[in-house]
Amino acid sequence: MARVAKSRVEDHPDLKLVQEEQGQRFLFSGNWTTAVLAEKELQLERALRSRSPTSEVLFDLEQVEEFDTAGAWVLVRAARQLDKTGTTVSLVGVDSARQRLLDAVAQRKAPPPPPREPPLPLRFLAQVGAATIAVFYDARALIGFLGTVTLTFLAVLVKPARMRVTSLVFHMQKTGIDALPIVGLLAFLIGVVLAYQGADQLARFGAQIYTVNLLGISVLREMGILITAIIVAGRSGSAFTAQIGTMKVNQEVDALRTIGLEPVEVLVLPRVLALVLVLPLLTFYANIMALLGGGIMVWTLLDIPPDAFLRQLQASVNLNSFLVGMVKAPIFAFVIALVGCFEGLRTGGNAESVGTQTTRAVVEAIFLVIVLDALFSIFFSYIGV
Amino acid sequence: MKQEPAIRIQGLLTQFGQNVIHKDLSLDVRRGEILGLVGGSGTGKSVLLNTIIGLRRPNAGRIEVLGQRVDDADPRSLTQLSRRWGVLFQDGALFSSLSVRQNVEMPLRTHTNIPPVLRAELAEVKIALAGLSPDSVHKFPSQLSGGMRKRAGLARALALDPDILFLDEPTAGLDPIGAASFDSLVRELQGALGLTILMVTHDMDSLYTVCDRVAVLIDQKVKVGTIEELMQDTHPWITEYFGGPRGRAAASARERVLAAR
Repeated sequence: MARVAKSRVEDHPDLKLVQEEQGQRFLFSGNWTTAVLAEKELQLERALRSRSPTSEVLFDLEQVEEFDTAGAWVLVRAARQLDKTGTTVSLVGVDSARQRLLDAVAQRKAPPPPPREPPLPLRFLAQVGAATIAVFYDARALIGFLGTVTLTFLAVLVKPARMRVTSLVFHMQKTGIDALPIVGLLAFLIGVVLAYQGADQLARFGAQIYTVNLLGISVLREMGILITAIIVAGRSGSAFTAQIGTMKVNQEVDALRTIGLEPVEVLVLPRVLALVLVLPLLTFYANIMALLGGGIMVWTLLDIPPDAFLRQLQASVNLNSFLVGMVKAPIFAFVIALVGCFEGLRTGGNAESVGTQTTRAVVEAIFLVIVLDALFSIFFSYIGV
Repeated sequence: MKQEPAIRIQGLLTQFGQNVIHKDLSLDVRRGEILGLVGGSGTGKSVLLNTIIGLRRPNAGRIEVLGQRVDDADPRSLTQLSRRWGVLFQDGALFSSLSVRQNVEMPLRTHTNIPPVLRAELAEVKIALAGLSPDSVHKFPSQLSGGMRKRAGLARALALDPDILFLDEPTAGLDPIGAASFDSLVRELQGALGLTILMVTHDMDSLYTVCDRVAVLIDQKVKVGTIEELMQDTHPWITEYFGGPRGRAAASARERVLAAR
């Protein structure tokens, strides 16, 4: 591209420099428009550099065919440069239309420099400080939101007629039934992976049969609920934020308030309740699927048939293992839905903000789920379950 | 070549399912004129605009812009052609993650190889042309008022020095003073840059003060003429439109302006 442009400059120069007794005449020709401006500007720069200083310069536009604001600006700019060095510039071949163009572009004023940023170390410190403070403010706001949701929930409990049943059922379907395929598939694969890794390690001690114990305990206590919670956070938590955030951008949330409806009651409560009801069921389903995956793996890899698998499973896990996993489900669900709705309601007025808030919601929800899970582990080991 | 119309539409058919919006619609937009496009809600003003700029394919008919077919153009030649027009969408449709100058530079960056410094200066020229102050150059769309967003959108539409400018309700949502100054800006730009302008509008004052001719979308077709010509028309919607209280107010406002001159 650059080479083509160069050869054209030499073959068909659209700018000639003619030395006259008074000064120089810049003979412009061809098109001086946006599409070809890059090349034309180079020619003009070169001509300006190569000229010997004179006190007068003539820009001759007689032979210019097409001319637009971009061409006009390049000329105005060149004229201003010459003016600074004390050279007077006069124009020839400018009809009234071109004069209007030249006048129009001459209105451009140099913008003020962009707002100065402080030096990097200072900026870094400021950012760290701002982020730290923001964490505390966010935490306070989230706790405040938790309070609002709880109070609203209590109010609805007193007057159950205020519960939005249609919305609740709709969200149960969206977050529960529609999530079955992906949750099932991933849980199944996790079971396969666990069984495979377990069998590999335990075979070294000749303790292959304990693969079933490993699988049963880890799936029921941890993996089932954790995988389900993370999928749901990515799938439904983000959807909550995006839905509510878009409604916020469209001023639908404001519209609800003016009608006298509480957004928390109408939008947040059905979503939170739906997820709290649905996540335990999903977790149970995920547990079964993971055990199924692990069971099939154990069967093919270690030749442990289903009946032996079930006997070993019964011996290794008890009801508590199952309950330890299940009891976490509604709590994780509550956190995921709460964070999703919270970030949705904090969306600002534009499309970009919806994206930012959705990302935040997913990251925060997964973070909180894993922190809570760690706390649960400590708690359970403390009470000896 | 200058004689051929900037936009020529012949026998356009637009329909959504069973719902026919335009049928056998023909319209010529002359070079260098400002044509106002009016019509009741649902008569397909925005659809027509989108069809002309190639965002939507017509169900039948022929559309030429600057002598080139749009209706069956392949994406590449449409991109080529789109360099020669600028579009101002209703609320400016600025890219919210870019500053005003970056927004205006975007078409230049895409379609030309102009070096960055010159590109920034050209963007500033367009921003000044659109009537924005130099300090708005670094602002982001969320920091601008509705009127300023429209002006920034106009600057972006002008970035490539188009031959044709499409304006979709440019004065909607502006206060009367802002709307009037936007109208005179459009008029000025048309004069200075020699643009052909097609504007969808509901603003009676814009029609009277800015437009050379008016195209009324009615009964799936258009009726074109100067306002005086259209006032002679006996179609009930047109009589209602120009003879209604708003139409009369705008007409008398223009007479007062003319008398003052």
